[in-house]
Amino acid sequence: MFAVHLPPLAASLFSLLAIASLLLAFVMLGSRWLKDYLLAFAVQSWLIALLSVAIGYYGHYPELYLIAVLTALFRGLLLPYLLLRIVRQMNVDRELHERLSPSSSLVVGALLVIFAFVVADHVGISLGIAGSVAVLALTVMLSMKLIGFLMLAVRGEVISQILGLLVLENGIFLGSQILVPGMPLLIELVILFDLLVVVACFGVLVRYLLLHAGTSSAHDLRRLVG
Amino acid sequence: MDANDRIVGGLLGVILLAPLAAVLGCLLARRPRPAEYLNLTAAVSVLAAVLLLLPRALVRTLTFWHGYLIVDALGAWVLLSVASVYLLSSIYAIGYMRRLDEAGRLHRFYALFAGFALTTLCGPLMNNIGVYWIAIELTTLVSTFLVCFELRRDSVEAAWKYIVVVSAGISLALLGIILFYWAGSLRMGPTYDLTWAALRTVAPQLNPTVALAAFLLVLIGFGTKVGLAPMHTWLPDAHSEGPAPVSAMLSGALLNTAMIGIVRFLQVADRGRLGALPRLVVVSIGAFSLFIAALFIVRQRGIKRLMAYSSVEHMGIMTLGFGFGGPLGIAGALYHMLGHSLNKSLMFFGAGNTMQAFHTKRISRIHRVLRSLPASGLLWLAGAVAITGAPPFSLFLSELTIMRAGLAGVNAWAVFVMLPLLVVIFVGFLDHFRAMYFGGHTAAPAGAQTGGSAGAARAPVRESVWCVLPMWLALVPLLVLGLWWPQAISHYFSVVAAQLSGKAVP
Repeated sequence: MFAVHLPPLAASLFSLLAIASLLLAFVMLGSRWLKDYLLAFAVQSWLIALLSVAIGYYGHYPELYLIAVLTALFRGLLLPYLLLRIVRQMNVDRELHERLSPSSSLVVGALLVIFAFVVADHVGISLGIAGSVAVLALTVMLSMKLIGFLMLAVRGEVISQILGLLVLENGIFLGSQILVPGMPLLIELVILFDLLVVVACFGVLVRYLLLHAGTSSAHDLRRLVG
Repeated sequence: MDANDRIVGGLLGVILLAPLAAVLGCLLARRPRPAEYLNLTAAVSVLAAVLLLLPRALVRTLTFWHGYLIVDALGAWVLLSVASVYLLSSIYAIGYMRRLDEAGRLHRFYALFAGFALTTLCGPLMNNIGVYWIAIELTTLVSTFLVCFELRRDSVEAAWKYIVVVSAGISLALLGIILFYWAGSLRMGPTYDLTWAALRTVAPQLNPTVALAAFLLVLIGFGTKVGLAPMHTWLPDAHSEGPAPVSAMLSGALLNTAMIGIVRFLQVADRGRLGALPRLVVVSIGAFSLFIAALFIVRQRGIKRLMAYSSVEHMGIMTLGFGFGGPLGIAGALYHMLGHSLNKSLMFFGAGNTMQAFHTKRISRIHRVLRSLPASGLLWLAGAVAITGAPPFSLFLSELTIMRAGLAGVNAWAVFVMLPLLVVIFVGFLDHFRAMYFGGHTAAPAGAQTGGSAGAARAPVRESVWCVLPMWLALVPLLVLGLWWPQAISHYFSVVAAQLSGKAVP
C-alpha cells in the first residue's frame, strides 16, 4: 500500500499537512466569529490542495495535480466567497446561538479525536500497519468527521451548519487522498462538483429562510415536532 | 450484443430520457398546462418501459455504458415501484396542484418533479458505487426544492432539516464506501472500478475489521436516507410539509431507491467473513424503527405526519425482511416494497384531498370525511385498512411472509418484537381514522359558525377526476395482489434471491 512505504520526508510532510488541517478544524470549533470560520475553512482547503500535490508527486499520480487545482479553486476560493456573500447578506457576523461554549466544545472535540485515534489504531493493528501515515490519515478523517457532527449539533447559525457539513466533506476528502489516492478521477471530480451544487442549494435555502421564516438561526426552526 | 440486449438498452434509454425530456420541455414551455401533460407522458412511458424491462432483466444481468449502468432483477423491481408511484403521483399532481393557486410557478414544479423522478430512477441502475452515492445525493438536492415549493414557514423549515440531516447522514455512507475501496485496494491494486460485482468478488478477502466498520457506516448513511430510526428525524417533517404528490414520491419511490443500497451492501457483507453481526444490526435497526413508529403513530396529531411515521414503520418491516434474508425474506420484502409504494401513494393522495377539503392538517379538526368526500373518503378508508396490514390486501401477505422467514432464521426474536408492535400500530392508526370518519358530533356547530371553512365541511366537495382516479389505480392492484400472489412474481423473487445469495440463476 502506498501510504505505508514512504520516504521519511514524504511521510513527515503528509503528517504535517494532515495534522495542520485537524488543528484548523479546532480553530473553527473554538471560534465564535463567522469570518474566522470561513478563513479557517479556506486555509484548510488550501492545505488539502497542497497535500494532493505532495501525494501526486511522491505517489506518481499526475491526475492529483488537477484535483489540487480544483480543490484550491472551488473549496479554497469559490465556496468561501459564496459563503461570505451569504454572511454579508444576512448581516450576522458572530455565532449567537451555541448550545455549548467554544471552550467546552474544544474539550469535547479533543475527546472525539482520542476516540478516533483508538478506532484507527485498532484498524491499523488488525492490518499490521500500526504507526504508519495511513493510521494518521484514518485518525484525521474520523476526527474531522466527528468534529463536523459536533459543529452541526452545537452551533445554531445556518452558516455554521453549512460549514459543519463542509468540514465533514473535507475530512473525507483528506483521508481518501492518503488512503486511496488511486480512486478513479471521475469520482473525485464529481464529489467536487457535488459540493458546489450543495452550496448553491444552500444559498437558495438561506434566502428562503430569510424571506419566509425571518430568521437566520436554525434554533428558531423547531415548530415541527412529534 | 444480441437482440435482447439491444432491446434492454433501448428501454433503458426511454426510462432515463423521457423524464429528462420532460424536465427540458417544462422549462421551455413555461406554461402550466403543457408542463402537466409533458410530465404525465413521461411517467406513462417510463412505466411502460419498466414493465417491458422486467421479464428481460430476469434473463441475465446486463451492464451498459462502460459498466456504469446495470440492469438486474433486483434493480428492475425497484424501478417498478418507482415508476408506478411516479405515474400515480403525476396524475394526482394535476388535480392537486391546480388548486394551489401557483399557476405562475407550476412549470417549475413539474420540471423539478420530473427531475426528481429521473434521479430516483437513476439510483437502482447505478453500477459504480460512487456514482450510486452521487445519485442518492442528487435526489436530496432536487427534492429539497419540492418540499419547500409552497414557500410557507413550515415547509422551509422542513426542507432545511431535510437537507442538513440527510447530507450529514449520507456523508457517513461516503466514508464507508471509501473504506470499502481502501480495503479492496489492498487486494486489487490501487486503482480499480468499484462496482457492485467487483466488491462482491473481493469481499471474502477483505480485512474483517475494516469491512465491518465500512458496512456499519454505510448502513447508517443509507439508513438515514431510508428513514430508519433513530436516523429518521427528517422524514416526518419533509413528508408532511411537501405538497401531497411530492410526499407520495418521497415515501413510495425515494426510500426504496436508498433501500437497494443497503440490500446490495448486505450482500457484500454476507460474502465477507463478518459473521452474524451485520444481519443482527440490520434486524435490530428494523425492529427499532417499528418501535419508534408505533410510539409516534399512537399519539400523532397531524394527518400527513401519521402517514410519514407509517413510512418509518414499513421501511422497518422491509429492513427486517431483508435482514432475515433467505428466499422467503427477500420475497416478502420485495412484495412489501411494491405494496407499500402503491398503498402509501393512496394514503398521501387521500390525505391531500382531505387537507384541501377541510383546510387543516390536524386530525382533531377533521370530522365526517365521508360526508364531504364520498368517493375519495371511501378509498382512503380502504387504504387505511390495507396499510395496517389487514387482509385481504397485499401488505398482509407480505408481512406474513416476512414473519415466516424470520421464524425460520437465527433472528427469530425480532418476530416477537414485530408482532405486538404491528398490533399496536393497527389499533393506533385505525383509531385516528375512526375519529376522522365517525367521531366528532360536538364540533359540527363550531364549523357551522365559521361558514364551514375551518372545521367540518358539510356539503360534499367537488372531487376532481384527477384526484380520485389514481386512488383507484393504487387500490385495485393492492386488492388483486392481496388475493392472489402470481406465480410469475414468485419465480421473479426466487431469481432475485438466488442472485443475492450468489448461487447460479435457475
